[in-house]
Amino acid sequence: MDARVQGGAVVGGRRELWLFVLQRASAALLAPLVLVHLATMIYAIQGGLSAAEILARTRASVAWPLLYALFVAAASVHGAIGLRTIVREMTPWRGASLDAAAVAFALACLALGFRAVGALA
Amino acid sequence: MSEPRANGPELSVEVWRGRAEGRFQTYRVPLRPSQTVLDVVTYVQRRIDPTLSYRFACRVGMCGSCAMMVNGAPRWTCRTHVARVAKDRRLRLAPLRNLPVIKDLAADMTPFFDKWREAEARFLPSSPRAAATARIPPADPERAAADAAIECIGCGVCHAACDVVAWQPDYLGPAALNRAWTLVNDARDADRRAHLAAVAGDAGCHACHSHQSCATFCPKGLNPTASIAGLKRASALALLAGRL
Repeated sequence: MDARVQGGAVVGGRRELWLFVLQRASAALLAPLVLVHLATMIYAIQGGLSAAEILARTRASVAWPLLYALFVAAASVHGAIGLRTIVREMTPWRGASLDAAAVAFALACLALGFRAVGALA
Repeated sequence: MSEPRANGPELSVEVWRGRAEGRFQTYRVPLRPSQTVLDVVTYVQRRIDPTLSYRFACRVGMCGSCAMMVNGAPRWTCRTHVARVAKDRRLRLAPLRNLPVIKDLAADMTPFFDKWREAEARFLPSSPRAAATARIPPADPERAAADAAIECIGCGVCHAACDVVAWQPDYLGPAALNRAWTLVNDARDADRRAHLAAVAGDAGCHACHSHQSCATFCPKGLNPTASIAGLKRASALALLAGRL
């Protein structure tokens, strides 16, 4: 059996399908979150709010840190799966080491993102 | 054999000669009304250079054997008029992209059809030949979905047009996935789950980027991208429902 058949349709199981579902689900979350984020940024800058005033508002709220926590989680998942796919298409890098790198990327995004969310809360 | 001299207008035709390594050789071919690209290739082989290899059979757009790259785009050459594709009376002909070359304009279709097998893109009968014909209403939604994708002639144009096939040689490709979609929608098939499982793997339908080059170039006007989108949807729903 040649490598093409081994690496082909059946081998690989449901992992790719789960990643596809996660990618779609995280995209569905990100679409409104990005719009809310951009609109809020523009609104806050137009209004001339200082960083301290913005932080005062987010720290007084439960919704804003929660919204950004969701944003961080969705972006971490979406970015890691997307980068893994790009690497698989554009380079010969495959297998467990690539999956580990994608997980590491997601964890780094989560850590940095939640650190920022912690500052809002 | 000497090249015949024509008095009328001529086409300048660059033709790939060789295998993976080779070069373009230029021939001058008389320009004629209603001339097809296949007419041009046949003229070169019969009148100028009998060592030229190419493939055709039906000449009427049924068999899917004459596809090649024409000025960089995959075309069925028997139904492609020179007047529609030649720029400044120039043609550049090459074997189909994303496939090995046997010789000159003849591509090796083996990897293309291997993918149909890998995609389980064959009908699995659920009842014996002697059984009564299945009755499926024409308006049935599954029947309509299969109908929209069924007229593939296996020419390989979509396979040559697809950038994902070029990037990811394992990718099953638009033709095999399009065929799988017709079977997923075929009420007579014995194991429709198996068809979905076969295309839900590492290099299956989820690798498609929806560039729609397959749909743009399909000579039969099919839309394999839509079929692949159907497979993505059906496999994701089957996974979430615990059926895959």
